[in-house]
Order: sequence, then C-alpha cells, then structure tokens
Amino acid sequence: MSVASTGSSRKRRCGVAEALFWPALLGYGEAALAYSSARFSRLGTWGVRLGWLAQTALLAVQAARTDGFPWASWAGSLNLFVWLVVGAYLIWGCRPRYRVLGLSVMPLAVALFAVARVGGGTGADERSHYGNLFLILHVGFVLAAFAGFTLAAALAGVYLWQDRRLRHRAADILALRLPSLLTLEHLAGRTVAVSLPLLTFGLAAGFVRLGETGGRFDAMMGITVVTWLVYGGYLAARPRGRRGAHMLLAGFALVILVRLVLAGGHF
Amino acid sequence: MPPARAAELARELGDAVCLSTCFRTELYLADGDVERAVASLEELAHEPLAAVVYQLHDEAAAVHLFRVAAGLDSLVPGEGEILGQVRAAYDAASPGPLLDRVFRQALRIGKRVRAETAIGESPASVPAAAAALAQQVFGDLNGRRALLVGAGRMGELAAANLASRGASIAYVASRSDPSELAGRFGAVPIDLAAIPRALGDVDLVLTSTSAPTTVVHLADVPSHRHRPLFFLDIAVPRDVDAAVHELDGCYLYDIDDLEAVVAQSLADRREAAAHAEQLVAEEAERFREWQASLEVVPAIAALRARAEEIRTAELAKLGRLPEHERRTVESVTAQILNKLLHLPTVRMKQAAAATGGAEYVDAVRHLFGLEEER
Repeated sequence: MSVASTGSSRKRRCGVAEALFWPALLGYGEAALAYSSARFSRLGTWGVRLGWLAQTALLAVQAARTDGFPWASWAGSLNLFVWLVVGAYLIWGCRPRYRVLGLSVMPLAVALFAVARVGGGTGADERSHYGNLFLILHVGFVLAAFAGFTLAAALAGVYLWQDRRLRHRAADILALRLPSLLTLEHLAGRTVAVSLPLLTFGLAAGFVRLGETGGRFDAMMGITVVTWLVYGGYLAARPRGRRGAHMLLAGFALVILVRLVLAGGHF
Repeated sequence: MPPARAAELARELGDAVCLSTCFRTELYLADGDVERAVASLEELAHEPLAAVVYQLHDEAAAVHLFRVAAGLDSLVPGEGEILGQVRAAYDAASPGPLLDRVFRQALRIGKRVRAETAIGESPASVPAAAAALAQQVFGDLNGRRALLVGAGRMGELAAANLASRGASIAYVASRSDPSELAGRFGAVPIDLAAIPRALGDVDLVLTSTSAPTTVVHLADVPSHRHRPLFFLDIAVPRDVDAAVHELDGCYLYDIDDLEAVVAQSLADRREAAAHAEQLVAEEAERFREWQASLEVVPAIAALRARAEEIRTAELAKLGRLPEHERRTVESVTAQILNKLLHLPTVRMKQAAAATGGAEYVDAVRHLFGLEEER
C-alpha cells in the first residue's frame, strides 16, 4: 500500500514538472520570436516573465524532493543555468532599450532549456549522490558565474552590432535606439566583475572536494580554469572597444564548450 | 508676437486664447466677435490681413487645434516645442468652459501622440542629428568634453546644441582668433597646431572650417585612448581624414552622413504622422460626441430638477418624523430617483452622439411635462 502511494506521488510530481516545463518553454520561445520585431517586443518581455515564473515553479517542484540536490546531472544543471541566465536578464534586460539583448539571450535560453529536457534535467525524479552543501557551493556558484558570463557575452554581441551600425553610417541608424557603446561596455565589465568571484568560489569548492576524494582532474575542469584565466585577464587588462567585446565572446565560447560538450563526462 | 502681448490680446477679447509662435498667430474664441479679433490682429500687424487670415468654426476649429498640439500642422511634423507653446497660451488666458475643454483635450492629444507614435523621436536638424549620434556612443552627454574646430556659424550652432545636452565645449581651435567664440562657451582657445594634444583630452570633435585641405589627420589621433572619440565633420570640403573612421573606438560622420540621417528621420516622422492623424481623428470623434451631448444637457437638467421637486414635495407631506427616520427616507428616495433617471440620462447622451438627440429631448420634455418650463 505504501509502495503504491510513493509511486503515484512520484508520477504526480513528474506530471506537475511536465505541466510547468511547457509553459516555461513556450514563454521563452514566444519571447525569442517577439524580440525580433520592435512592435512585439513588449509581448516578448511578458513571455520572459511568465516563462521564468513557470520555470521557477518547476525548480521549486524539483527542489521539493528531500533526497538530494535536484540539479546534480549535467542536464539538471543546464536547467538551473537557463533559469539563472533568464533571471539575470530579467533584472534589467527587459527595459525598452535593452530588449534587443533578448534577441541573443532568449533563443539561447530556449535551445539550452530544450537540451536540458532531452537530457532529463527537467523531470522531478532525479537523485544525487553528492552532498547538498558541496553542490550548492560548487554547482550553484559556477552556474551563477556562467550565467553572468552569458549576459556579458550578450552585451558584447550588442556592442559589436552597435559598433558595426555606427561604422556603416546607415541613414536609418536612429530608427532603432540601442544602449550607448559606453553603457554596454560598462555593464559588461560590471557583470564580469560580479561573476568572476562566483566562479572562483565555485572552483575552490570543487578543488577542495577533489583533494578530499582524490578524484581525477578532467578536461572540463581544465577548460573552466582557462575560462577563469580569460575573464581574469579581461578584468585585469580591461581592453576597450571591439577588442574587449571579442575577448568576452571568446570567454563565452569556453563557457559553451564546458556546458554543452564537456559537462557529460564530469557528472 | 511676444507671449505677454498674446496673453494680453486674449484677455482683451474675453473668452479667448491666443496662440502665437514663430510660424502662426491663432486666436481661439468661444463666442467672441470675429471681426473685432481680426481688427485687433491688423492693428498689431500694422497692415491688412485679409489675404492671410483663415477662419475655422466649431468642430473644424477644434480639430485644427488638436492637429496643432499634435505637431501635425508644423513645418517639421512632430516638432517638439509646439505642445509647450499651446500649454503656455492656455495657461496665460482665462478661457470659459468650452475653450477650457477644447484646450485640455488638445494638450492630452499632444501628449498621447508623442507617447504612442515615434513622431518626435528622431532629430529633424543636422545639429540635433549630430547630438543624437553622439548619444549612441556615449549615452548621456553630460560631462563629455568637446573640441570645436572652426569658428563658422554652423559649427557654433552644432556646438550650442551639444552644450544644451550637457556636453562642455573644452577647446575652440581656429585659424583666426578663436578667443571670442571660446569665451562664449567658456572654452580654451587654441591654435590649429595644438589639435593633436587636445584630441587626447576630449570625447567629441566638431569641425566646420573653410580650409581647402584636411585639418585633422590620422596621425593626430592618439593611438592609446581609454574612451571612444566621435568626430562630426560638417565642413565642405572635409576637415577630418576619412581614415580616422577605421580606427577602433573612432567614429567619423560628415555632413552628407548627417543630412542622410535627417532626411531619413523626416521620412520616419511623416510615416508616424499618418498614425498621429488617426489618433487625432479618434479624439475629434470624442469631441463631436461631447458637443452633441451638450444638446441634451438642458433636458436632462430639467428632468432631474422636476424629479427632485416632486420628491421634495412628497417628503414635505410626511409631517414630523424623528430625525434618523427622515434621513433614511430622504436617502432611500434619492437613491430611487438616481437609479430611475440613470438609464434615461445615459440613453439620451448616446442618442445625442448618434444624431438622434433632438427626438429624445422632445419625447422626454413631452412625457414628463417639461415643455411648460421652456
């Protein structure tokens, strides 16, 4: 009797998670499409908000499990990563002038969220053999830092686009008012300045555990350290203009490599 | 006409508002003497105005004011100053209920058009375009330092526009003595030879000399800069070496680029004007409905007065009642009256808006015996 009850409760949780995944994906998808037109960009903002609320509820359902950290698999952590990226974007990305950021952030969020689902990271029946505190410190900090780097890359992308528009001297350049180059540069720098310490803490937690358990240093760890060096170099040198934007995009390429290519072997 | 004189003229004419700008002087009269108004204008102009005066009446006059406030009657569609001028004219006058209603609606339309369309967003002149482009690089121009090269009128105007947006003109360089112009901007006058040094200390460079060759060369631009450098070259022939535009963090816009931006902006404004006209048409419809509803207002007032008269008379028949009971009866009867008259009031206003108001007024007056009171 008690076994049957546990099974049906798990099914119910899976059903709720399923019911929350789709509105979140739809909201993000709608936003990704709506941001491509200035006329519908306000609708895009609502898509982001509603999608993020649905994903927050999904994470809450996942977290309601008592037996471990729910985002310990690469797909689960990708789910959490998307939530962090969209959450960071929501802080100021929905302001009219920054809506254009949604053009780069939201399609990426949709794609990663879909990959997270295919990998089983959006269900409610995952289990983890890691301790909660370690995972919160390690996964939480690393993912929050990566979310920040993603936003910084989006800002760098918009910077390069705006720079290109100014260089082309198109007559209709004022038809679309983007954030100024200096604002974009400043925001990207601040985002990296906040994200890099988070990555440092996350890496430190990972290395402490590696030392305790005597695990092996894998490729993902190596690339993450290189990522840390790239962003550290960026903060130290603070390159201006296109060079700075290219450096942020190079760092983001490493983030994508870590998240999508190397993460599978790490978990 | 100076604003003070316009306000004085409006007061002389009674229930009137005088709107006077660079391109127009308009007198809005509620029920004043048009001939006297025209005579007053001729007296001010010291010449006959019959050939240039136009007159509009009733709804046409109101719609004209709506278009004026929306910036649709300006030389540059969506021009920003007109709404403030309409507000100033309204504030300076003492309009009666009709003009008060029309002007308040016009001000609302002006704001609505600017909020809901892009008619006033893009720059309509070369100096404004230059400033708008600089804002694309720096955002707020507050505290940005500029170098003005050349002492021409066009350069001075563009520099004044940048200064009005918060930029400070730090240096003025010219072949002739730039001291006077520099003094006007609180800038440091420098020789053309000192331009390379000044370039390391500014964010914006505005050039407008009549020099036959390039004044700012590629080699003059410092290679290690920590901020962008924005060149606005409004001179013909060009003052700045075109290769500057290829440097990272350097942007060069010449007069042709700026004029193309202005032309595009004006085209955008004209496109937005079509949308603005729709908004004005909506508001004009609202005005028509309001004006039509005025026809039935006396009948509604008479109906309510008659009902109130009957209620008061019937209450008087109750004789002495304790105070709290009297208050209750008065409240209940007042509510009954209000509920009974609410729908007929609404229907009469609706009928008035749909041009059937006169029949309804006649019917109500006949049914409730209001015609005896006319």
